[in-house]
Amino acid sequence: MSSNVISLEGLGVASRDELTKAIEAEGCSSSSCGSSDAPEDMDPATWAKVQDHPCYSEEAHHYFARMHVAVAPACNIQCNYCNRKYDCANESRPGVVSERLTPEQAARKVIAVANEIPQLSVLGIAGPGDSAYDWRKTKETFKRVVEKLPDIKLCLSTNGLALPDHVDELLDMNIDHVTLTINMIDPEVGTKIYPWIFWDHKRRTGLEASQILHERQMQSLDMLHERGILVKVNSVMIPGINDKHLLEVNKEVKRRGAFLHNIMPLISAPEHGTVFGLEGQRGPNAAELKELQDACTGGANLMKHCRQCRADAVGLLGEDRGQEFTMDLVPEEVSYDPAKREAYRDWVEKERGDRRQAAEIAKAETEAAVADGAQALLVAVATKGGGRINQHFGHATEFQIFEVDADGVRFVTHRRCDNYCVGGYGEEDKLELVIKTLEGIDTILCAKIGDCPKEDLAAAGIEAIQDYAFDYIETAVSAVYRARMGLPAMPAETA
Amino acid sequence: MAYQIVQASCTVCGACEFECPNAAISFQSDTYIIDPDLCTECKGNFDTPQCAAVCPVPDTCIPA
Repeated sequence: MSSNVISLEGLGVASRDELTKAIEAEGCSSSSCGSSDAPEDMDPATWAKVQDHPCYSEEAHHYFARMHVAVAPACNIQCNYCNRKYDCANESRPGVVSERLTPEQAARKVIAVANEIPQLSVLGIAGPGDSAYDWRKTKETFKRVVEKLPDIKLCLSTNGLALPDHVDELLDMNIDHVTLTINMIDPEVGTKIYPWIFWDHKRRTGLEASQILHERQMQSLDMLHERGILVKVNSVMIPGINDKHLLEVNKEVKRRGAFLHNIMPLISAPEHGTVFGLEGQRGPNAAELKELQDACTGGANLMKHCRQCRADAVGLLGEDRGQEFTMDLVPEEVSYDPAKREAYRDWVEKERGDRRQAAEIAKAETEAAVADGAQALLVAVATKGGGRINQHFGHATEFQIFEVDADGVRFVTHRRCDNYCVGGYGEEDKLELVIKTLEGIDTILCAKIGDCPKEDLAAAGIEAIQDYAFDYIETAVSAVYRARMGLPAMPAETA
Repeated sequence: MAYQIVQASCTVCGACEFECPNAAISFQSDTYIIDPDLCTECKGNFDTPQCAAVCPVPDTCIPA
């Protein structure tokens, strides 16, 4: 498996030092950095691993879907942001799930989904519980799924405490993506996050617990990196506890070879029944999160397209079709029909090539038409996937935000407008909420929009444009930018 | 001498079944149950009963 070893050195630059310099020079908002990737930004072996994985590649998340199955409910640590009793179908946060499955049920469900959602490329096992601690169930599930769907990518998410015991089994099963949740590299910080761990037949508390957890997490990261398994590190940003510390975490996980770092905001409310929720510990606001992400320049590449999906999520990252595939809707006998997925893959290959080409053309046109140093513009896009402007404004539950300047178009983040529980709001209230969501955005591009919302948006200073319906995002955003900069918009050559 | 599981607060995560050195814990009709004939409270195996040490909910694995 030595050819499988991928190091940071392989990511398109000659050495780690050069990569560091390149990142420092460019900043993490550069399109050549982080998960806003394209094949030219990394070596072919790494690209081959991430090109169909929506969580590891921003580009792939326009085309491919993931599903999670909750098969491993036992956990070996207690986190202050988790309450194991909670289980609500109306909530959307990590670790929350409405249906626990046996490995046999999970395998049936994966096949039912693969038959219906051709975009499916990844099966992940995350919470509730820990996939590496509850390993027998995780392994049994993967084994059953691979028998039927040999081309699906398997990945798991774990706290790392039990992982070193199973790393070589991961290799045997061709698992090349693992997410480690690492919230600290200083055990003192850990004492405020982890009240206890269960380790070597004892419940351990205080500094001892965090010390052991930290050592095992670093061991996991090193072992995975040595074996060429791509590691994404998830960190929960907890204001006042680890927010500033995550800068150090970012540097350290990069040094140890993490492929991607995903800093997620703490989601906390008293009704969640968690220690943090009951103590009134708040989560960070969008500005605080962005400030931390920007400050991480030079460290591990940041993932910015995470949707903090449910542990039983199904579908493209912006959507969750889990409710269509609850176990009562999955037939007792399912046989896999590969036709749809194969046809979809053929289509994607051509489509993403065309899109990349269109983005290059748009970039060249913008560079030629707009002065260097011209002010950047933030544009919101309503999309159902595929990298195109193809969603009705009224149907959007989230908007993807792109930044454009003379250097091109970059994905920045997504903003949700269905946040957690909007049930009970009327249509007008919802529009108000959407306008609030779009604060600071100059233009919104969508496939179609009614006159009333368009006027309300205009009153809030946001121009809604439907003229670029079904165009590629980069082509349309570039054209809008050129128009704003007082230069003529050129016709899209790939239309 | 045996432990029992308080059904009302059990989250059915199964960590106790995994850790029990005596295979005394089994999943029966939607819940985990400790067989008092097999449970030794981990005496001779470990310092503390493993089910209580790993259980995420306080006062759920308790002396019968």
